[in-house]
Amino acid sequence: MIAVQALTPSALIGVYRQPPSGLACRASAVAIRISRLGVLAVSIFIAASAQAAELRIGLSADVTTVDPHFLAAQPNLTTARHMFESLTDVDEKTRLIPGLAESWRAVDPTTWEFRLRRGVRFHDGSEMTAEDVVFSLDRPLTIKGSPGGFASFVRPIVAKEIVDPYTVRVKTAAPYGALPQDINSILIVSRKAAARASAEDFDAGRAAVGTGPYRLVRFVRGDRIELARFEGYWGARPAWDRVTLRILPSDPVRTAGILAGELDVIEHIPTADIARLRANPSLRLVQTVSWRTIFFHLDQASAEPPAVAAKSGKPLARNPFSDIRVRRAISMAINRTAIAERVMEGLAIPAANLVSPGVFGHNPELKSQPHDPEGARRLLKEAGYPDGFAVTVAAPNNRYVNDEQVAQAVAQMLARVGIAAKVEAMPLSVYFPRARKHEFAFAMLGWGSFAGDLALRSLVASPDPDRGYGAWNWARYANPRLDQMVQQSLAAVDEKRREALAREAQAVAMNDLAVIPIHHQLVTWAMRKGLTYTARTDEFTFAHHFRPQP
Amino acid sequence: MLAFIARRLLQSLFALFVMSLLVFVGVYAIGNPIDILINPQADQAEIAAVTAALGLDQPLWVQYWTFLQSALRGDLGKSFVANVPAIQLILNRMPATIELAAASMVIAVVLGIPLGLLAGLRPDSWVGRTIMAGSILGFSLPTFWVGLMLIMVFSVHLGWLPTTGRGPTVDVLGFPISILSWEGIRHVLLPSTNLALFKLSLLIRLTRAGTREALAQDYVRFARAKGLSMRRVVSVHVLKNIMIPIVTVVGLEFGSVIAFAIVTETIFAWPGMGKLLIDSINVLDRPVIVAYLLIIVLMFIVINLVVDVLYSVLDPRVRVAGARP
Repeated sequence: MIAVQALTPSALIGVYRQPPSGLACRASAVAIRISRLGVLAVSIFIAASAQAAELRIGLSADVTTVDPHFLAAQPNLTTARHMFESLTDVDEKTRLIPGLAESWRAVDPTTWEFRLRRGVRFHDGSEMTAEDVVFSLDRPLTIKGSPGGFASFVRPIVAKEIVDPYTVRVKTAAPYGALPQDINSILIVSRKAAARASAEDFDAGRAAVGTGPYRLVRFVRGDRIELARFEGYWGARPAWDRVTLRILPSDPVRTAGILAGELDVIEHIPTADIARLRANPSLRLVQTVSWRTIFFHLDQASAEPPAVAAKSGKPLARNPFSDIRVRRAISMAINRTAIAERVMEGLAIPAANLVSPGVFGHNPELKSQPHDPEGARRLLKEAGYPDGFAVTVAAPNNRYVNDEQVAQAVAQMLARVGIAAKVEAMPLSVYFPRARKHEFAFAMLGWGSFAGDLALRSLVASPDPDRGYGAWNWARYANPRLDQMVQQSLAAVDEKRREALAREAQAVAMNDLAVIPIHHQLVTWAMRKGLTYTARTDEFTFAHHFRPQP
Repeated sequence: MLAFIARRLLQSLFALFVMSLLVFVGVYAIGNPIDILINPQADQAEIAAVTAALGLDQPLWVQYWTFLQSALRGDLGKSFVANVPAIQLILNRMPATIELAAASMVIAVVLGIPLGLLAGLRPDSWVGRTIMAGSILGFSLPTFWVGLMLIMVFSVHLGWLPTTGRGPTVDVLGFPISILSWEGIRHVLLPSTNLALFKLSLLIRLTRAGTREALAQDYVRFARAKGLSMRRVVSVHVLKNIMIPIVTVVGLEFGSVIAFAIVTETIFAWPGMGKLLIDSINVLDRPVIVAYLLIIVLMFIVINLVVDVLYSVLDPRVRVAGARP
């Protein structure tokens, strides 16, 4: 009745770090106890790890499977990227760098050529070749029952060609400059191991054969992932023989874990704990601007947007948000500095872009709107709302850092310019489905993207299912000129040209206040003294990037 | 007896059916899980394709009918996020929860009954009063707060016990068990104490009330008049007679400890099925939510049945309905 994963005897006893004192004797006591019970003879454990370098990381969200092509969720990818790699990699600033492909170029506007690194070995010792790459690009579309996420990354590809074992050509129907970025999301698996593998095969480690710096030792669902260094790794040798990723979604639990010395690293520190951890002399914090930008969608398509009315409760003559003066007034009413300093306790910077500073296509010339309640009132009057109106600000309450509090602050700031705003906050599982059905006129969303044009395509391009534009354009903002610019930018296979176009498009969208940007979040890691980590804009926590301090 | 059990099981089938319908409609009403699961960069076509692939574009009654058909074959569906049968996912995590629940019930019973007896025998002494005051605290302090305090005191400040997680497991008859090793016991100590506090207080109060009531009964007076030692009076006459309500409560509470260990499991990162339920609700993983609740309903039905049968064992005067010809 109970299905138990096949475990090797050595895996039956997990290796646990304990305070150094009495480690060996406790270990032998455990061994004696177990052999006395006659349960199983256990040969290898604890003693071996006494000298070995181990890194214990507290992850902030549940990992549902080890299969790298099943669900495109950050915790799954964090785990998978220890074991698997992609053709293109991204650095800590989200810029593309070579991964399993040494180089790539557009042979012609619709053909990308990737030259593979030679001599890259999978965990089983076999060499990674073009066959594995093509297999991995095909695989996401073939998994049954996958809630997906990966199909859109490979859908632009219409043909794949193996030129030689170390060269792959990928054809797209139309010129598509973002392909090397999209392809970063597809991790390369061993064709031999994964060809007929099920999710169970991946979770049990039989199919989890990649080229990454770590190989899977054990996946204990809902609890931990144990990894061991892959000695045949082609890249820089990671500092840790063993890595344990503990799944600890509750914030105080992670904090307690690092305070008690049971964890070496924790990710996603809640704002409330930062001061306390910073004051602790045995810990270090690293921080950077995250790629996640928080903004509000304002419904611009409905004649009568939901929960928007005159203060008397009567419906308005027309949708106020379709008037740019109203959108600008709302933007001016928001004191972004106060939100960043007070509500976010310094863990945010005011935003004027849909992508964070440093991300491809970020336009540094755009400046965040200064707080100007007087100007906001004047604009509202000009637009025909001298007494303002009433709105409901919708936000999730378990998704972004202090999301509900940010919405509350915005509502209060709107009240100061005469817009009566109340807040409706709810769990993400309720919020997203309702927002997608256009049930909110004033809705918070957070977004992280590798590129400005990709973000624009999803968030503010006119919804067009055939082209895949505007999938998250809840506001149904429509601007044909912007659509044109986004398309041109994405079609540019020359990186410099594409970035220039993406910046221009960003300026057009932001100057038209397609959305109301609030801030870019900061992301923080805490680690024990003696460790270093280069904080990553994409918020990933990679054991192999932690190093002992020189 | 057999007829009684058969009737009970039949009733429970109906309860399971109603439960599955309620959960199904409830989760359906919240929304489409794909909206939460899908990778942000996915376009409309992919969202539609995935929704259709999982059958989520069908009308509710069609989805329920499909579910019912496979449920009758014993297939409760695959988890949307883990690509593993929901039932397997739950059963894999069940041993951890049962272990935690059993450990906390042991703590509650081993401490609760003697303390309750003591408080019942000496209601006005300072010992009795202290025990009762303690039980009020156990009732009224919120579990999550106590859990965090336990972690802060015993793990962070004193460093005696691990903060979270489950110890190394060994397989006993195919079930992974962690409490056979010292390390496993160290891990289970804090969460089980946390989970036991409420039950402990309940048992103290129940035992104390029962003891005080029994002490005033004629048979106790008679036993004492006969010259029996206090020890024998308490252990034979009092204890035996107050056991029935205690067994009822222990039985039912064991069920609720298993079903609602969620808070403790979350705080102590205990890899049990309560944590699984929370994670599943957050992503609207309907197959897992439905399967979990069905299993819990089934468990309560079985526990109730066992309690009823135990009555007749403990007290020959109680006969299970239908047992007599």
